[in-house]
Amino acid sequence: MDKLRKFVWFPTPYHSVLLWLVWQILHDFSRGHMVLGAVFAIIIPWIVAPLSEEAAVAKKPIKALMYTFRLLIDIAVSNYDVAKRVLQSNRSLKPAFIVVPLDIKDPVPLTIFTSSVSLTPGTVSVELSDDRKWLYVHVLHLEDEQALIKLIKDRYEAPLKEIFGC
Amino acid sequence: MTVFLEVVVSVLLVFGAIVMLIGSIGLAKLPDYFTRLHAPTKASTLGVACILVASMIFFSVQLGHVNLKEVLITMFLLITAPVAAHMLGKAGLHYKVKMTDSTQNQHLAKKAYLQQNPDDK
Amino acid sequence: MLSVAILIACALICCALALNAWRLIIGPTTPDRIIAVDTMYINSIALIILLGIHQGSAIYYESALLIALLGFVSTSAFCKYLLRGDIIE
Repeated sequence: MDKLRKFVWFPTPYHSVLLWLVWQILHDFSRGHMVLGAVFAIIIPWIVAPLSEEAAVAKKPIKALMYTFRLLIDIAVSNYDVAKRVLQSNRSLKPAFIVVPLDIKDPVPLTIFTSSVSLTPGTVSVELSDDRKWLYVHVLHLEDEQALIKLIKDRYEAPLKEIFGC
Repeated sequence: MTVFLEVVVSVLLVFGAIVMLIGSIGLAKLPDYFTRLHAPTKASTLGVACILVASMIFFSVQLGHVNLKEVLITMFLLITAPVAAHMLGKAGLHYKVKMTDSTQNQHLAKKAYLQQNPDDK
Repeated sequence: MLSVAILIACALICCALALNAWRLIIGPTTPDRIIAVDTMYINSIALIILLGIHQGSAIYYESALLIALLGFVSTSAFCKYLLRGDIIE
């Protein structure tokens, strides 16, 4: 250890709240487990925080919630789309590879972005280039390449850039 | 259990099962590896989410208190499905699986493969 | 009505599992078989949840959670093995 970390009461507040909530869900919100969960939610981050690297934190939580809701709606819509394509004949399918230029560099927003791309508009992220500038994406049915790239960038990357402020 | 909730649970169960079946049909019939990757990641995740929500409503009514345990499985599947799909896609590129001839931009796949294995020209 | 819905859902998911098994057998390549296993564990989670609703007991939830955890770990281990020829480096 080259430098001693200063002691912080809540090194990862979001994770503490999440840990407490998951503990409550697993134990049906009983009073004893509320206390026990709170103890765990305070002690475990003390032990774990020095092991993990600094990660980006969402700077705009309300925007992040909005993004999550929109993602859920998009998942339903794109499922309908994929189901339609699956039930059509294979010959009408136009699969393709595309490459999406990336503006985000930070690992956490990048993971959320690639996961959103995989879950939503008929696309699966396949490979990330080494310099984190390009994302290779496989599309189930491609009509217009530029329009799809623009859709992905506007709909998923721009809000994430705003949320994480990078 | 009221009639309304029973109808909601039944519709969610059957809808989820149909969506999962469509995902599996896609897995069985689509022409090549990368198109087959689409069906399970999207359809199966939504289908299992529907069934888990139905189960959540059912047990909340039956046990008489709010039961959110199934939300954990749903969130876990929603988070891990794209990660698994990404790893499967990488493995497919590495394995040089055959693509259908109608696939556009096949040179991009080759480029991504060369980046994984720079020595293999 | 609920029992009929559960039966229909069970039948549909069993068809889905049969299709997955077919893909698992004919395969043509190893990655194809991994996708088949990946889809199979998701389908089996749904089947276990349906069994839980049918019997009216909430204890099947734990097994569904365990399958979800281990399924993801096994899929990533398979992929890692294909990518590197080794699981732990």
